[in-house]
Amino acid sequence: MAKDLTMTNKINRRAFLKTSGGVTLFIGASGVLPVLVSCQDDKKIRAQLKKVPITAWVQLWEDGQMIIYNPAAEMGQGSMTSLPIIFAEEMDADWSKVQVEFSPQEADIYGGEGWAPGTKLMFTVGSRTTHSYYHVMRKAGAQARYVLLNTAANHWKVPIEELNAAQSFVIHEKSGQKISFGELVPVLTMPTALPDFTEDQLKNPKDFQLIGKNIPRTEIPAKVNGTAQFAIDVRLPDMVYGALERGKLHGARPTLLNESEILAHAGVMKIVQFDYAIGLIASTLKGVLDAKKLLKIDWSTATSSGYHSQEIYSEYEAIAAKKSQGAVITEIGNMGEALRSAHKTYTADFKNDYVYHAQIEPLNAVIQVSEDLQTAEVWVGSQQGGDTKLGVPGVLGVPPENVNVHLQYLGGGFGRRSMTDFVVECAILAKEIAPLPLKLVWTREDDVAYGAYRPLSLQRLKATVDARGQLTGLSHTVIGDGGNLVASGVKNDHYDIPNQLADWRETTHGIRLKHWRSVGHGPNKFAIESLLDTIAFDQSVDPVALRRTLMAQSPKALATLEKAVAMSRWDVPSIDGRAKGVAFVEHGSIGTGICEISLDRATGTINVHHFWIALDAGVIIQPDNVKAQMEGGIIMGMSSVLKEQITIVDGQVQQSNFHDYSLLRMQEVPDSIETAFIPSSEKPEGVGETATPMVAGAIANAFLQLTGKHLRHLPFTPDRVLAVLNN
Amino acid sequence: MPKYTLNINKTSYDVEVAAGTSLLWVLREDLGLTGAKYGCGIGQCGACTVHVDKQPIKACLLPIEQFTAGQEITTIEGLSEDGDHPVQKAWIEAQAPQCGYCHSGQIMQAVALLEQNEHPTRDEIKAHMNGNLCRCGTYLRILTAIEMAAKTKAPTF
Repeated sequence: MAKDLTMTNKINRRAFLKTSGGVTLFIGASGVLPVLVSCQDDKKIRAQLKKVPITAWVQLWEDGQMIIYNPAAEMGQGSMTSLPIIFAEEMDADWSKVQVEFSPQEADIYGGEGWAPGTKLMFTVGSRTTHSYYHVMRKAGAQARYVLLNTAANHWKVPIEELNAAQSFVIHEKSGQKISFGELVPVLTMPTALPDFTEDQLKNPKDFQLIGKNIPRTEIPAKVNGTAQFAIDVRLPDMVYGALERGKLHGARPTLLNESEILAHAGVMKIVQFDYAIGLIASTLKGVLDAKKLLKIDWSTATSSGYHSQEIYSEYEAIAAKKSQGAVITEIGNMGEALRSAHKTYTADFKNDYVYHAQIEPLNAVIQVSEDLQTAEVWVGSQQGGDTKLGVPGVLGVPPENVNVHLQYLGGGFGRRSMTDFVVECAILAKEIAPLPLKLVWTREDDVAYGAYRPLSLQRLKATVDARGQLTGLSHTVIGDGGNLVASGVKNDHYDIPNQLADWRETTHGIRLKHWRSVGHGPNKFAIESLLDTIAFDQSVDPVALRRTLMAQSPKALATLEKAVAMSRWDVPSIDGRAKGVAFVEHGSIGTGICEISLDRATGTINVHHFWIALDAGVIIQPDNVKAQMEGGIIMGMSSVLKEQITIVDGQVQQSNFHDYSLLRMQEVPDSIETAFIPSSEKPEGVGETATPMVAGAIANAFLQLTGKHLRHLPFTPDRVLAVLNN
Repeated sequence: MPKYTLNINKTSYDVEVAAGTSLLWVLREDLGLTGAKYGCGIGQCGACTVHVDKQPIKACLLPIEQFTAGQEITTIEGLSEDGDHPVQKAWIEAQAPQCGYCHSGQIMQAVALLEQNEHPTRDEIKAHMNGNLCRCGTYLRILTAIEMAAKTKAPTF
C-alpha cells in the first residue's frame, strides 16, 4: 500500500453498526462514511439505518462471511458479480466467503459517477456501470481493507505499515502473525480518519487476484432453479391487478363507451381514466385482462394520424437533398472544400425501420400506497436508480424519501426500462386502490403497441477521395426523430479523415421513441462501415487494407482490426458460396467484428455462420461475462438486422406480438461467436453496446463481397434481399 | 368459482379460480410457483414451458379445466431438490443465462428433449429449442449446456 495517504475524513463511532454476531463497515462511495461524508444530508443514512439495519458496502460476520452490496441494476449484464469483484479485489477478500445483495436505492450513498463531475447517479444505462463504478468500488474496497488493517495494528500493537492482507487475512510478516477478517470483528476499532485513496494508491492491475479471472456469476444459480425474483413474480397479501388499454395510435385520447358493462364484469373494482388510456383494476389477473378485451373505446386522432412509416422515406430523401444544414453534430476541416476538390464522390442512402425492445419480461410493477396516501413501497425492475424514485413521489405529491424502491432482477432492459412510464401508471392505479397492493402487468400486445422504439431514420453519406483514391472527406446527414436517439455514433474518432461533417435534420411523427441497445450507433455505424466497403469495392481494394490506412493514427483501433483479421483468417478465401465482411465500432470500448455469411438465393435468406470480435475494453473484470455480452450483442444485432421491423400505417402500430414481430430463434444462430481481448490496464469501458452495431455493416459488407450488390435498408428481410438481388 | 385439484411437483393443490384461467396464471398468481414466466400469452416465446406428463407444454395456452385427470405437472421448482438436475448443473457450468427470465422455460424444454433423446445432434437440439425465445441472445450457451448435459449420461434421463 502506498505511503502518504491523505487523512481527510473524520470518523465517529457510528461507523460500525454492531448486529448479532456481525458488524457493518460503513464505507461510503466517495468518502468514508455515507453518514458523515458521502451524504449531503445525513438524515438519509439515519433513515436508511432505521429501515434496513444492515446497509452500506460490506457487512462482515465473525465467521468471515460477508455481504457486498451491488448498487447497479442486474439485467443480465453481470453487475451483481462484476462490481463486488472490484470491491473484493481491493479489500483482499476471500471471494468464497462473499455473498452479494442489491444495495438500497439511495444515490447519495450508492451512486456512481454522474454525468457531471462531482455528481452521483444510480442509472444503469449507456453501458456505463463498470466504467462509472470502477474507481468508486476500488476505493471503497481499499477503505474497508484499511479499517481491518488498522484494527489488526491496534490489536497486535504494530505499525499499520508493516501489515498486509490476502484472502481475508491480515498478515504481519515480521512476527509471522496472521488473523482472519472474521476474527477481527469482535475487536474492530475505527481509525480516526480514513485515507482518500487515489488511483496510484490502489493495486497495480498486474497484481489483481480476482479481476480478470473467470468467476461464475453470483445470481446464476437462482436463475436456473426458478427462485430469481423479477418484479412480475412479486405477490403480496390482498394484491389486486391493474391493466391499461392504450390503443395503437400513440397519443390518441380515449372515450370509454361501455363503462357500466365493464364495471359489471366479474372482479372489476375500478375504472381509471388516463389521458392516453383506460385503466382497470380487478381482483384477479384474468379478470382484469378479460375486462380489458371487452373495452369499447372511441379514440381521438393524434399527431401520428395519417403517418405511414414505409412511405416516409421519399420525404426524408427530399430533406436530405436540401442545401440547408441541420444541427451540426461534428465538424472537422472543411467538408465543402473536400467536395469541391474531390477526385470522386461516393453517395449512398441508408434506411432503418423502427425496432422494438422486446425484452422477454413485459413491463410491470407492484406498488402499495399507504392508506393516508403519504408513503409507497415499489417493487420494480428498473434501469433507473433511486434519484427520482421512478416518478412515484410526483404521483402521490410526497417527498422522495416517502417512497421505498425494492429493486428486482430485470427480465431484460435494453433501454426500455430506463423509462418510468409503467411505474407511474402503476402508482396512479395503486393510489386509487390504496392501501391494497397492486400489480400492473403489460400484456405482450401492450408492450409492442405502446413501445418506445428505436427511431426510423435515413442516413445520407457522401465520401470524397483524391486522385490517389485516399479518403479526404465524409459528410453524414441523419434524418429522423429523437435527436441523439438517431444521431449518436456519427463520430469517427479512430479514422483519420481530414474533413468531416455530420448533421441531424429533425422530423417528428408523434411515435414514442427511446434508447434501444447501442442507440444511434446501430444505424450510423451501418452507414459508415457500408460506405467504406462501397469505396473499397469500387477501387478493388481490400476492405481491411482501406481501414488499416484510416486507422494509422489510432494504434488501439488498428490492434483490434489486426486481431480480428488473424482470428477470422481474413486472408484465406471463404469456401464457395460464403464471404466475409468487416465492421469497426467504438462505443466506450472499441472493437472490430468480422462475420462470414452465405445466401440462399432462392429465398433471400442470409445465413450467418461465424462472428469474430477483437475488443479493447480496458481492464476486463470478468472475461467470460464480457464474452457473453459480445455473444448477446451479436445475436440481438442479427435479430434486428435480419428480421425486426415495426411499421406504422395511418399512425397505427401494425405489430402486436411475437408472431408478427419476429426475433432471431435458435435455428438461426451462427455456429460460433469468438471474442478476443486486447490486453490493457486502462480503466474498463462499457461492453454491452459495442457488438450490436457491428452486425449490419459486417453482414452488408459480406453480402457485397458475395453478390456485388448493396443492402442499404434495415432489416435485411428475405423480400428485400431478393429485391436487391434481382435489381 | 369452480374448484380444481392439481398434481404439481408431486404435491396436490386445490385451487378456486374462474373457468378458463390459464395454467400459467394459476401457477404464478394463485400458487406462487413463479418460475414459469409470462412472455407472450400466445405460445410464441416458450417462457412459460412446464411439463405435463413429461411433455413440454406452454402453460399460457392451457385453461385450468383441462387438468382434471390428475396429470402430473412439473415446473422448474419441481425439477430437482436443490437445483442440481444435470441440466441445471450444465446451465451453471456454461454460465448460460443473462437476464435469466426465459431460462426456466429453456431448461424445461431442454430436459424434455434429453428425456426422449439422450444424445441429440446439434440440429436436433436447435429444432427442439426453436420455440423458446431469448432476447439476451444466450442461444449458443444454451446449446453448449445441453450438449454438456447430454455427455454426463445422467441416470435421471
